[in-house]
Amino acid sequence: MWEYSEKVQDYFYNPKNAGVMENASGIGDVGAISCGDALRLMIKVDPVTDVITDAKFQTFGCGSAIASSSALTELIIGKTIAEALTLTNQDIADFLGGLPPEKMHCSVMGYEALRAAVANYRGEAWEDDHEEGALVCKCFGVDEGMIERAVRNNGLTTLEQVTHFTKAGGSCATCIEGIEEVLAKTNAAMVVEGLLDASEAFDPHQALRPVRRPKTGKSPLAIKLEPVTKAKLTNLQRIRLIEEAIEGLRPFLRQDGGDCELVDVEGDRVLVKLSGACIGCQMASVTVNGVQERLIEKLGQPLRVIPV
Amino acid sequence: MRPVYLDNNATTRVDPAAVAAMLPFFTEQFGNASSMHAFGASVGGALKTARRQLQELLGAEHDHEIIYTSGGTESDNTAILSALETQGGRTEVITSVVEHPAILALCDWLEKHKSVTIHRIPVDAKGRLDVEAYRKALGPKTAIASIMWANNETGTLFPVERLAEMAHEAGALFHTDAVQAVGKLPIDLKSTEIDMLSLSGHKLHGPKGIGALYVRKGVRLRPLIRGGHQERGRRAGTENAPAIIGLGKAAELALAHMSDEQTRVKALRDRLEQGLLQRIGSSFVTGDSDHRLPNTANVAFEFIEGEAILLLLNRAGIAASSGSACTSGSLEPSHVLRAMKVPYTAAHGAIRFSFSRENGDEDVDRVLEVMPGIIANLRSLSPFWKDKGAAKAAPNAAFNPTYA
Repeated sequence: MWEYSEKVQDYFYNPKNAGVMENASGIGDVGAISCGDALRLMIKVDPVTDVITDAKFQTFGCGSAIASSSALTELIIGKTIAEALTLTNQDIADFLGGLPPEKMHCSVMGYEALRAAVANYRGEAWEDDHEEGALVCKCFGVDEGMIERAVRNNGLTTLEQVTHFTKAGGSCATCIEGIEEVLAKTNAAMVVEGLLDASEAFDPHQALRPVRRPKTGKSPLAIKLEPVTKAKLTNLQRIRLIEEAIEGLRPFLRQDGGDCELVDVEGDRVLVKLSGACIGCQMASVTVNGVQERLIEKLGQPLRVIPV
Repeated sequence: MRPVYLDNNATTRVDPAAVAAMLPFFTEQFGNASSMHAFGASVGGALKTARRQLQELLGAEHDHEIIYTSGGTESDNTAILSALETQGGRTEVITSVVEHPAILALCDWLEKHKSVTIHRIPVDAKGRLDVEAYRKALGPKTAIASIMWANNETGTLFPVERLAEMAHEAGALFHTDAVQAVGKLPIDLKSTEIDMLSLSGHKLHGPKGIGALYVRKGVRLRPLIRGGHQERGRRAGTENAPAIIGLGKAAELALAHMSDEQTRVKALRDRLEQGLLQRIGSSFVTGDSDHRLPNTANVAFEFIEGEAILLLLNRAGIAASSGSACTSGSLEPSHVLRAMKVPYTAAHGAIRFSFSRENGDEDVDRVLEVMPGIIANLRSLSPFWKDKGAAKAAPNAAFNPTYA
């Protein structure tokens, strides 16, 4: 059973703005019956002010698809078209108190229906940017074509890079095998085409080798040894290293409209400030963990990254 | 109000008598059956009884033809992997497109990583196996044919006794995933040519985590799990004594209730099915109505989606299941219904009601009472639904969305 928030349940059991609208100014039809989701969004727009005065929906889909559609209508009514178009699928999910990762595509459908309805209102053709093809990452709706393009355009050679660029594999991680397959295939093709050096290409066998875990010294069986005298980092060196590592990660976060700044370092606590799309993002804790792992790797000491 | 449980193909309640039989083996008689002392000896005797009880339900000739496993999935994996090892020179497996993932996912893996050729036999619109295609696929390279006895989603039965004979004519082993059939159908393995059969305890009011693989005497088996000498070296690991004993009791009870399943339970299912079709338009039964399990009804309600139906049923205290994409986390609807070429608009809205001997007339009444309202409610939300039929009735307003 999915863990639906109270609000998702409420919007599913008692959907607002469901039904057909007569004389709609714009209609957006998105989804596909093969995916089990389809949404028709109908909007009424005041031609003078450009304000969406009313919205209705019809949805073929699961509980969260119906709730997301209803939430979308609630979010856009009273907004100008320009304002409404600034909404993201995350806003729909947030409005509903969050959606299970596997159901995030329901909010994406709402986001796209709005664009389709606005295009229809303006008399434009709406092009969606999705490939026809099987989804690899279901959580973020990433298909094989999108991964392949990201790999080719950016010369990606690791799973982590693909996740940074496309989000694929960034949530439930069940699709990692599939992503690695696409990555290996694309890299191999790039090597043949002379676009990539064979030594850099993703090698699935290498990726599956065991990975060592940074020592935390917390095993109850660990023998207490005299601390090995090793060139200790000065505080300044540590902070510089931390700063460098965070700077290195920021471009990836910015791609998703988020950001992360170093605020302070207190002992092993690294205080950071998340901003932009990271705020209220369900994936924020995943991001923080990623930053933490990167820092531990860089410094070779246990650290805790704490968003403030 | 008492909840209505109609999802017995997913799992069943452990019969209280089976629980009672199991309990002493957790605390009083906790010994390891392999031990030399008295703690072990008393367990050994109980295991023997349990094995006989299951033997009787299966109509197996010998009790040592039963190998206990952790469940249906392990049994299926053991059977196919063993056949590929023992049938030297034979590198092909025949199965059907509507098998359980325990078979299909294994076959996909064998095909991709172990160079095994897999023949997946199609079914027709009623879910019936294309027996001619099966016959053609059998050949000197076939190591094993594995065809389910009863389909978990539609209840459709396959003629496994005949399929086993056909496999033997081609010199191939025959296995059947009978997880849904055992306990619901009278079975007499000693009069069939079936070589191997998988079953699962929790589908017949026994505990979870226990199952068995029947391996006909004389059929060679290579264990999947190696280690100790348990199950005559065919499945290592300390016997799950309480579960085996619970399964034994469940088997005895299933046999005792077999005629009830075939008559009263079947009548409940039929009344529900007929009642739903009468009350709700644009709905139909999937599967082969003439050859199916007595307890299973799979009804497709067009133009709406299954998860939404299940959520509303759940709120009304009714538990059923669906082959809908959204309930499984995948985006494709049931592979079984798609293989039967059920249109997407209906496959997404297919609901399975599966009964057991614990259901009664009042359960059917409850579903018939709430279901028409639930379907009407969801159809009023659906862009594919227009008044009394599909939206395509009005071509100008036809709903033809862009893929997103």
